[in-house]
Amino acid sequence: MYHVAYFLDQLINGVTLGAIYGLVAIGYTMVYGIIGMINFAHGEIFMIASFVSLIVFLLLGLAGGVWLPLAILIVLLAAMLFTAVYGWTLERVAYRRLRASPRLAALITAIGMSIFLQNYVQLLQGARNKPLPPQITGGVEVVNTTNQAGQAYAVSLSYLQMLIIVLTIVLMVVFTVLITRTALGRAQRACEQDRSMAALLGINVDRTIALTFVMGASLAAVAGLIFMLRYGATDFFVGFLTGLKAFTAAVLGGIGSLPGAMLGGLLIGLIEVFFAGYFNLEYKDVATFTVLVLVLIFRPTGLLGKPDIEKV
Amino acid sequence: MTAAAGDSVMNGSTGNGSAANDRADRRPLLTVEHLTMRFGGLVAIDDVSFRAEDRKITAIIGPNGAGKTTVFNCLTGFYKPTVGRLTLQREGRMPAYLERMEGFRIASEARVARTFQNIRLFPKMTLLENLVVAQHNKLMRASGYTVRGLFGFGYGREEQKAVEQARYWLEQIGLVDRADDDADSLPYGDQRRLEIARAMCTEPVLLCLDEPAAGLNPRESADLNALLTFIRNEHRIGILLIEHDMSVVMQISDHIVVLDYGRKISDGDPEFVRQDPAVIRAYLGEEEEEDLPDIVRQDLSADGAGGGGDRP
Amino acid sequence: MAVNIPPADRKGVLIELGGTALVVFALTVSLVGFHIKDISGGITLDLRFVDVASAVAIAIVVRGWLILMRHGHYRIVTVSAAAVAVLLIVSLLFGGAGVQTWLPFKAKLLQWLLAILSAGFAVGSAVRMAREGRPAGSAQDGAVPDEQAALMDRVSAQVQRNALWIGAILFLAAAVFPFMPGVNLQYLDIAVLVLTYIMLGWGLNIVVGLAGLLDLGYVAFYAVGAYSFALFASPDSPLLQDLGWTEGVSFWLCLPFAGLMAALAGVALGFPVLRLRGDYLAIVTLGFGEMIRVTLLNFYSLTKGPDGISNIPPPSLLGYSTQSKMDEETLENTTEFHTAMGWEFDQADTTILLYFVILAMALATNFFTVRVRKLPVGRAWEALREDEIACRSLGINPTNTKLTAFGFGAMFGGFAGSFFATRQTFVSPESFTFIESAVILAIVVLGGFGSQIGVVVAAFLLIGLPEIFRELQEYRMLFFGGSMVLIMLWRPAGLLAHREPTIRMHGRRARASTGSGG
Repeated sequence: MYHVAYFLDQLINGVTLGAIYGLVAIGYTMVYGIIGMINFAHGEIFMIASFVSLIVFLLLGLAGGVWLPLAILIVLLAAMLFTAVYGWTLERVAYRRLRASPRLAALITAIGMSIFLQNYVQLLQGARNKPLPPQITGGVEVVNTTNQAGQAYAVSLSYLQMLIIVLTIVLMVVFTVLITRTALGRAQRACEQDRSMAALLGINVDRTIALTFVMGASLAAVAGLIFMLRYGATDFFVGFLTGLKAFTAAVLGGIGSLPGAMLGGLLIGLIEVFFAGYFNLEYKDVATFTVLVLVLIFRPTGLLGKPDIEKV
Repeated sequence: MTAAAGDSVMNGSTGNGSAANDRADRRPLLTVEHLTMRFGGLVAIDDVSFRAEDRKITAIIGPNGAGKTTVFNCLTGFYKPTVGRLTLQREGRMPAYLERMEGFRIASEARVARTFQNIRLFPKMTLLENLVVAQHNKLMRASGYTVRGLFGFGYGREEQKAVEQARYWLEQIGLVDRADDDADSLPYGDQRRLEIARAMCTEPVLLCLDEPAAGLNPRESADLNALLTFIRNEHRIGILLIEHDMSVVMQISDHIVVLDYGRKISDGDPEFVRQDPAVIRAYLGEEEEEDLPDIVRQDLSADGAGGGGDRP
Repeated sequence: MAVNIPPADRKGVLIELGGTALVVFALTVSLVGFHIKDISGGITLDLRFVDVASAVAIAIVVRGWLILMRHGHYRIVTVSAAAVAVLLIVSLLFGGAGVQTWLPFKAKLLQWLLAILSAGFAVGSAVRMAREGRPAGSAQDGAVPDEQAALMDRVSAQVQRNALWIGAILFLAAAVFPFMPGVNLQYLDIAVLVLTYIMLGWGLNIVVGLAGLLDLGYVAFYAVGAYSFALFASPDSPLLQDLGWTEGVSFWLCLPFAGLMAALAGVALGFPVLRLRGDYLAIVTLGFGEMIRVTLLNFYSLTKGPDGISNIPPPSLLGYSTQSKMDEETLENTTEFHTAMGWEFDQADTTILLYFVILAMALATNFFTVRVRKLPVGRAWEALREDEIACRSLGINPTNTKLTAFGFGAMFGGFAGSFFATRQTFVSPESFTFIESAVILAIVVLGGFGSQIGVVVAAFLLIGLPEIFRELQEYRMLFFGGSMVLIMLWRPAGLLAHREPTIRMHGRRARASTGSGG
């Protein structure tokens, strides 16, 4: 019974972690799909979102007790708004002029932006870890058993985890509708196929790409908020590893594919948690990177990606 | 490899001791048998067989999407054919089975060189460097795989020879003066010819040209004809040619293979192919003559003798 | 000098200014406006709205200048920007502490940057005004950036063509540097560090600049070199203790060993991934770098994890140790160089020795790179960077060619790692984070892909200056990131990028006749 409970516990943790990776991964995948670059600074957008969430939470705290669901909603909207501005500015300032450049120039710029943003936040907010007291507490007990040592071992699905899962599913549905059903989504897909043709047909390419960054950044903002609520602390460096793993998730799912990014995120979250839970905590990052290397070598199109035939 | 190796030894002995080059029962330089290439459900080439002779220019023609470039990509190792055997006779050695060789070995060992439909020069290297890089394998050996070359023992002389070879080809294409300019500074037509010169610097036995006349004006096109005839007559190698420009094809080809929808529909000398009802149908469909593409109408009326210049 | 903007444009200008203000406000209000401050028992918020207001105001002024310049009002821009610059510079130089109450931001560096920015506007605008010969008018200034780029091209080309002279002068300067008056231990130490980064930059330049493979995990080879060296050189290394050796192996044996190990690591890591496309390769190498670091951190029995390996000795000279403080027991078995020579021990001498060893190694690296470019393998690297598919069609084995580039690059990284280890006398995984890879990449990017001298200049700027001016240290990485972006936007091939052909048919004279080429 204990083993089942332990497994269940890992599963729940893996899924919530996977939700974060998945939401960040969508940003990578959308940008890669539309302009074919790895937006290396996307992890930093996520980090900024976690800071914005923290600041707004603190502000609400100072303003006195706000009803919790309302508070969460306010933080969510504020984080999405302010983070989206960062996403938009990133594209406008750094990437727009590099669209026609070789991939490596764009990637180096993105790395430069990533370093810049990290240090910008570090200089402004200090290098110390910033804690946030738990906001959502309590949950539903799923299993109650004892571990090998005879101590009580309870597995519960907390309200927070439920919120995370529900929020992620809702966002996924909204975004899928947005991409498949709306004019914006059509414009995006058109730009993915052929940017100059899309421009000839009257699509505002610049705006479509900018909106893609805005959408990616808002999803990263949600991930940043979830991260803040779930792990209760942030610092200027959290974006680096999270970004790298989310990118791995995007590649695993098939870069350019939205459901792929979510699936990849979920898998990376599960792989990481289960590896840490069953094998070795210290080497969990190595496990993730090994997945990245293996996928890229043996199935560069990922699980749900389209095959990419070399044009000669 | 083993089963094939058996008869390849016998084949090899036929080619052996071939001081008498003009033996009548020579095996064709290249034999393509039952070549089939599928991409997922799409059949790009369907059971195509043909031969290309030494010291002959063999043209592959066909409407767009007929699978011509795919044949080339299979021949030069960029695709692995789904089915088929591609045999290249080599003087004094066992024949090479191209379908089994890695791409770069087809060039370095089987000595099949190619050019590309959209020119692939090394744009930021000079003309001379482009031609010297083509002699890479020879020079690698001369430089003792870099070890000896670092200290300059005996490498200088070999490099001088490589430069002389490059000069020879630059003279043939009339670009000696520009030897030290970057390749991307050349006009389009010169870039095409430079690419052919570069391929010739690998000292091939079979030269595959993918639409060498595309985008050339009539004068450049005539220069190209002269260059190709020169290569065939003076360097005595086989040339395989994909071309849409019928003035080039009809004038210089010794042999024409016609593909349509991945199948071979005709195979013979220019006169035969021109009369072949299957070819006429493929190009004209069943329609009236007004709907003919320009290129075909002009070809039908020009009876092949006219130079490239006499377009209506 | 009335501002004279067509009425039709006025609304657009207002929208532009308002938009800029709004975006800058939205960017700064959260992260700049609120400072999360640690207090006992938790955190609280500090308000910094003055900074937000300053940022918005500055953005409006700068945008305004840009708009004015677009409309040809150069005189207004020149005068106002010059006034702002002079005001800022004067108050910064002579204003004392009092000016801090009214100057925007509290950081001196930012204030100086603002002064430089205004001065830049003043100069730029004045130059354009002079060029047009009239103070106002509609100007389409597409030509100006081109001219700047062309100027930079010419400079780079000159630098590249006179590389031999510049190199010789640099070498002479480097050779006499330790004996210059005023050069103390601290400067020597920095010089060793800068040379280490020059070697790293040159090594990475082979991979990125010549072969066009973006390696974001270059620090892995640096780490492999440093650890291979430390594990054999330090008497404290767990490996030597397991083997039962009480003394470290000589510097002169460990150095080539470290290079070899790094090269092997390069080949081993490169082999599976080199067929990947450029940007994927970059991410995978980044992953490798992190994997190596995590392994160093957790493989305690070999690497002592976060504690690191300490007590790495300096290079020995002619078989004598150059260390100063030795415990009695060791002292009995070794002779120190200074004792053998009858000199007083001076820490500076050890550092000078290290300095010359690394200078010699750096020269060897340079010789190698310059030479290899003119060999078939070097040309194949460049060809591979230009077009891999064409290379395959010419019979060049792409995997092997890339592997050699990776291996050589890694080897130089390994050498540099050894020097790092000796200089620090200590290695720990902390020194080998991704940031380190990014710093090396920034050196190569800033210096210019494939430019040997560019790397020297960039290493001095990015490593030397912040070490000398400690107060810059805090902003170092911000500056790295920012300059990488700016360089890519302005000169994607790097500041001093200029490619000289590796071989010529007509000699250098003839090129003038046909023009282009650079």
